[in-house]
Amino acid sequence: MGAIEAGCRYYFGYPITPQNDIPEFMSREMPGLNGEFIQAESEIAAINMVMGAAATGARAMTSSSGPGISLKLEAISYMAGMELPCLIVNISRSGPGLGGIDASQGDYFQAVKGGGHGGYHMVVIAPASIQEMYDMTMHAFDLAEIYRTPVMILGDSVVGQMKEPLIPHRRPKTEFPAKDWALRGTGGGEQRVVKSLFLGDGELEAHNWKLHAKYQQLQEKEARWEEYETSDATLIVTGFGSAARIAKSAVMMAREEGLKVGLLRPITLFPFPVQAFASLTARCKKVLDIELNTGQMVEDVRLSVARDAEVHFYGRPSGTGSLPTPEELLEQIRRYL
Amino acid sequence: MQQVFKKPAALKDVQTHFCPGCHHGTIHRLVAEALDEFGLQEKTIGVASVGCSVFLYHYFDIDVVEAPHGRAPAVATGVKRAKPESFVFTYQGDGDLAAIGTAEIIHAANRGEDITVIFVNNTTYGMTGGQMAPTTLLGQKTSTSPYGRRSEKEGFPIRVTEMLAGLDGVAFAARTSVDSPKNLMDAKRQIKKAFQYQVEGKGFSFVEVLSACPTNWGMNAVAANERVGSEMCEYFKLGVFKDTASL
Amino acid sequence: MFMSGFGGQGVLLAGTLLAHAAIIEGKNVSFLPSYGVEKRGGAAHCTVVIADGDVGSPVIGNPSVGVILNQLSMDKYARKIKVGGICIVNSSLVDLFEFDRDDVEVISLNMNAIAQKVGDPRMVNMVAVGAYAARTGVVSLAALAAALKLSLPERNHKYIPANIRVLEAGAAEIARNGEQLVL
Repeated sequence: MGAIEAGCRYYFGYPITPQNDIPEFMSREMPGLNGEFIQAESEIAAINMVMGAAATGARAMTSSSGPGISLKLEAISYMAGMELPCLIVNISRSGPGLGGIDASQGDYFQAVKGGGHGGYHMVVIAPASIQEMYDMTMHAFDLAEIYRTPVMILGDSVVGQMKEPLIPHRRPKTEFPAKDWALRGTGGGEQRVVKSLFLGDGELEAHNWKLHAKYQQLQEKEARWEEYETSDATLIVTGFGSAARIAKSAVMMAREEGLKVGLLRPITLFPFPVQAFASLTARCKKVLDIELNTGQMVEDVRLSVARDAEVHFYGRPSGTGSLPTPEELLEQIRRYL
Repeated sequence: MQQVFKKPAALKDVQTHFCPGCHHGTIHRLVAEALDEFGLQEKTIGVASVGCSVFLYHYFDIDVVEAPHGRAPAVATGVKRAKPESFVFTYQGDGDLAAIGTAEIIHAANRGEDITVIFVNNTTYGMTGGQMAPTTLLGQKTSTSPYGRRSEKEGFPIRVTEMLAGLDGVAFAARTSVDSPKNLMDAKRQIKKAFQYQVEGKGFSFVEVLSACPTNWGMNAVAANERVGSEMCEYFKLGVFKDTASL
Repeated sequence: MFMSGFGGQGVLLAGTLLAHAAIIEGKNVSFLPSYGVEKRGGAAHCTVVIADGDVGSPVIGNPSVGVILNQLSMDKYARKIKVGGICIVNSSLVDLFEFDRDDVEVISLNMNAIAQKVGDPRMVNMVAVGAYAARTGVVSLAALAAALKLSLPERNHKYIPANIRVLEAGAAEIARNGEQLVL
């Protein structure tokens, strides 16, 4: 719904649990909106169709889950190199290989550290509620267009399948740069080429520096996070997406007991909210990071906190029946307080 | 003085990087002439593939998107669906189309996407240095089939055009060659016909062009050209395998 | 509230219905489903968090109410219900003999029989939701009736009156036999 409100009319996907609600919804909606829906022959074909549509300047997206994203990484790297805007949704599964379909956060590294080849970044956003899923999907398309970059929404079956109230709204008006790169047929004008191959002397290095400058600009301007009860906290709990949601309840329970605990939840994982961690840990010296894996985002937390802050980690590489509960996380909070 | 021969408008005035005796330049020219004759240059979006054909945009004066290896038909699908008024063609080699991109070509064809595919078959991976391709002939020596291709180990050369012609989504499929003036004129005719299918919105059109790769075959240009007309044409029969609208 | 049974008992529909009813009542809510990869007969459960303020975690370790529709769920999940909480059990499919907790209130209803008598044997979930609503007062029957329209696909709207009857029957069991049912 967020994608449609954002003006996305081209969806290409392939069935994989637990994200099938997205292609099913798009297959119903697109015909009535004069859009296109294709169930592609493979995950690879789907992302390459996105590439084609995006090359014409259209807002296009795909969605998948971990194993499918692995297959798409080649094209994601191309699109980062070609500077093509698009949205990729990963409602991730648990574990390596076929793993399981339960909520897990094992795909952080893949998403944030450039899972594909060649050294690139894409913007990665991790919503923690249905409303945020909707709002951030719209925001994702805007960021993609402004910065000419693929953007990933990273969720799992908790944010992917739960139901909550949603207040739909119009997308905010945003100014976008002219799409003077989009293919349209020359129309008698200059030839336009969308490519990622640069073989001239120094050409590729210059291109990489340009991408790097873009990533720095994203870091400076576009990091987002949520803070909850942090002002007097002596322990900062952190985590993203569904883990942060569970952690927030644990923080609420701790507050009811009078414990001085706060929550810092990164909403963008790339750019990582380095600034927020640095400034909070200038005062509060203890951080407890909670993830549904054995420790991925914690590396970025460690790099972002003040030098004398302690960073603790509690993770569950969850599968069927092993999501941590707020009660369990409260135990961990007590341990480090 | 009267000009009797000139470069097509859809081609740029540059020299190609292709080896002596390579047919890519000739095939580029045929495609460009067809674009000119239909007046398509200004509304064309070409999809380049990976291999020697990647530099499409250096030679054609048209908008181009560069697809990952084998994915050109999927990229072209995205382009055409988002911009149905544009003229979209892919230009792919045998390694790209018939090996790593098998799934993409079959399904784009089967969906009957309104695009045109130019498939250049020279029985080898040219750019990477002459490795065995899906279309490498039995007994043919390549850098990865040093003892010659054996059917029991490497299977048989794939006849792509016949395979695609069997799909209901395909409107037009033909195999051509550019080894002789006669074949070249016919190739031009079939490329134009394929373009006409798309211009009239009549569905997926496909033209295979048999061509030479003298460098990787270890032959001189003349011998390589002869091989196309003899050995290759014998296994890969020329002809129109599908012509649904009899254009 | 945590509800658990096997696929086909309408666990996910029941959860969705409660969530919609809670929205109608002006509350904040989250509904989190979980089910096996099988389309039929696998385990199915859901957690519905209804709050006047912010909903924190949609995952709950110790729910205040557990609705248990089959034996497997009883064996696995009844022990997780919060001390002082409520356990609503489908006695048609659950043997309570081995249940040894005395720190929760147990409401045992012969749900399959009730559903069959008033509506359709497939409406076990509505008996459970009716009983839950009547016992906890979290949502009204009127809100549930209105929520049916939002929760059922259009083609099933013709069954809404039957569903309402079964919801009411579930609630009536609580009102009529309330005290005796508590073990």
